[in-house]
Amino acid sequence: MNIALYIFIGIGCLFNLIGVIGLHRFPDFYTRLHAATKCTTFGSIFLIIAVMIQSIAIWTTEGISSPESVLSIHSFIAMIALVLTNATGAHAIARAGHRSGVKPVRAVVDDIDGAKIND
Amino acid sequence: MAFLVTSITVYIFYLLMTTSSGNLLLWSKEELIIGGVLAIVVGALTKNILVKKDLRMLSPRRIFLFLIYLIFVWFPALAVANIDVAYRVITGKINPGIVKIQPKLPNDLSLMILANSITLTPGTLSVEVDEKTNALYVHWINVDKAALKKMPRDPKYVCGKFPEWARRIAG
Repeated sequence: MNIALYIFIGIGCLFNLIGVIGLHRFPDFYTRLHAATKCTTFGSIFLIIAVMIQSIAIWTTEGISSPESVLSIHSFIAMIALVLTNATGAHAIARAGHRSGVKPVRAVVDDIDGAKIND
Repeated sequence: MAFLVTSITVYIFYLLMTTSSGNLLLWSKEELIIGGVLAIVVGALTKNILVKKDLRMLSPRRIFLFLIYLIFVWFPALAVANIDVAYRVITGKINPGIVKIQPKLPNDLSLMILANSITLTPGTLSVEVDEKTNALYVHWINVDKAALKKMPRDPKYVCGKFPEWARRIAG
């Protein structure tokens, strides 16, 4: 049980770390947003799964009415909220960025340029 | 009907958040009562925001399809996306661009599922949506030359099978 926990926490931290390095290394706004959204979502899902495993383990030993056991339900709801809001937030940031005139660096193609959307 | 659906959803969430607060099943009497009152108030206030008049997501077939999609299609794609980002972080190979795709989805819910899936899957990030024609503008980190022949671009290069899934779940 403990080994599974450490593996999940390790994977979570690794992907969050990759996200941070990506944030530092990528050249412009949009590519940085790629790193920041995908890696933090995936990494945090694994961290939350680790919390859930631990809490279910407490659940099975101490019974269903122990306060720690609620943690698995709460973290599951947190996971749903995280996945939904991370993607939506990235979309909002990207849209706001493009509307205020941030152009993608080294872009091969930019279909949005000059297109009249929602005016 | 919209009121009932909203209230029950809100009540279930309230009960989940307050599990093991007492010994009436798992909840205390006070939590059950105050949760019910709050659910009725919130349901009456927000029934036109959460479901509008669209009750199609109540069908068990759509919910089942959505779960299948999340576990067997979306999650593996998210894993691939992360390995892809890791590869690009390490090598620095990027070839970015913003492309327009026209997935031809009928309603807002399916478009939301598609846009959020695009953001969390390999190499793509939705930037802008055209509300009149339901066209999506997608930032693509590694533009494939084969996709640039047509305008709007072919969704199969950008997001694979996701438009069909979104149509099947919420279309």
